[in-house]
Amino acid sequence: MHALLKKVEESSYRAEPLEFEIGDEVDVHTRILEGNKERIQIFNGVVIARSGSGTREMFTVRRIVGGEGVERMFPVHSPKVAKLEVKRHGRVRRAKLFYLRGRKGKATRLRERRPKARS
Amino acid sequence: MPVGLLGRKIGMTQIHDDEGRLLPVTVIEAGPCVVLALRTRDREGYDAVQIGFDDKPRKRAIRSERGHVAAIQSKRQRQRQAAGVEAPPRADCEPKRFIREFRTDGEDHGLEIGQTLGPALFDGVTFVDVIGTNKGRGFAGVMKRHNFSGQGASHGVKRVHRHPGSIGMSADPSRVFKGTRMAGHYGNARNTMRHLRVVRIEQDSNLLLVKGAVPGPVGGYVMIRHTTKRRRKAGEGTTS
Repeated sequence: MHALLKKVEESSYRAEPLEFEIGDEVDVHTRILEGNKERIQIFNGVVIARSGSGTREMFTVRRIVGGEGVERMFPVHSPKVAKLEVKRHGRVRRAKLFYLRGRKGKATRLRERRPKARS
Repeated sequence: MPVGLLGRKIGMTQIHDDEGRLLPVTVIEAGPCVVLALRTRDREGYDAVQIGFDDKPRKRAIRSERGHVAAIQSKRQRQRQAAGVEAPPRADCEPKRFIREFRTDGEDHGLEIGQTLGPALFDGVTFVDVIGTNKGRGFAGVMKRHNFSGQGASHGVKRVHRHPGSIGMSADPSRVFKGTRMAGHYGNARNTMRHLRVVRIEQDSNLLLVKGAVPGPVGGYVMIRHTTKRRRKAGEGTTS
């Protein structure tokens, strides 16, 4: 990629990168416009994938609503994603957790991982 | 017409605007552009400003290209000087790879030979036109060249899946009308994208970001000018 193109893209990155890993249970705080008022909506679920690069990088969050699986993709660098809170770390062994789609109920649980304290 | 700029297409990407929307943008390196010559109605018969972009190494440039941007000594030069002919002013810069003229209204454009222009020229401008040479496709069939639909993949179609089909009638008129669209050379032609929104201007790195696509390959040269498209005023006739 051209250095200048990269520079332009980097100007669109968020100042503080979101810190999360695949398998984490997260709360995604998104800014939504309701009429003229802006408010924060929270989407809770498990991060099952992260794809793309640069400004196009997206992550997928999956949750179960009323027995039905719901997945939502968010751009990592979108200013609409106000905040991301990690609620729980899941112990996973792969980068894409698409196998969760075929599971129901108790089988969708992930074992918790206690991450080493960051220095 | 105010003067425009020359530039190079760097590529496309996406950036977020102030409202958090993702915008598709083309990044153009628009400058530094040097004013090389001024055309005047008295001398050349029309008013224009000649601008050059992108340095060419002196050893790669031919003598006339070097002489166009800076005064070089030659026998003919000395002869003309002795005869009292005034040498035309030169910009005194490196030879340029890409040189174009922009027509102006009269001579009061306020530019001088040797002056350097950058994307700051488009400060406060909302829309521009970008002119480039689109990608060459060689000898292309009618599907690629004219968006024909082609023929079916099955139902008895044999070996003519991408053919045009009929190109006219029978005994009357017993000829093919002029202008009938057929296969042929496509691309590598001048192409203008009008009315592209200026998204951002970065003066220190000479970058101009416009919304949408621009003709030509990455690395191709483009001309950028103020848009010639007029906004339809409120209440004026709508297309129906």
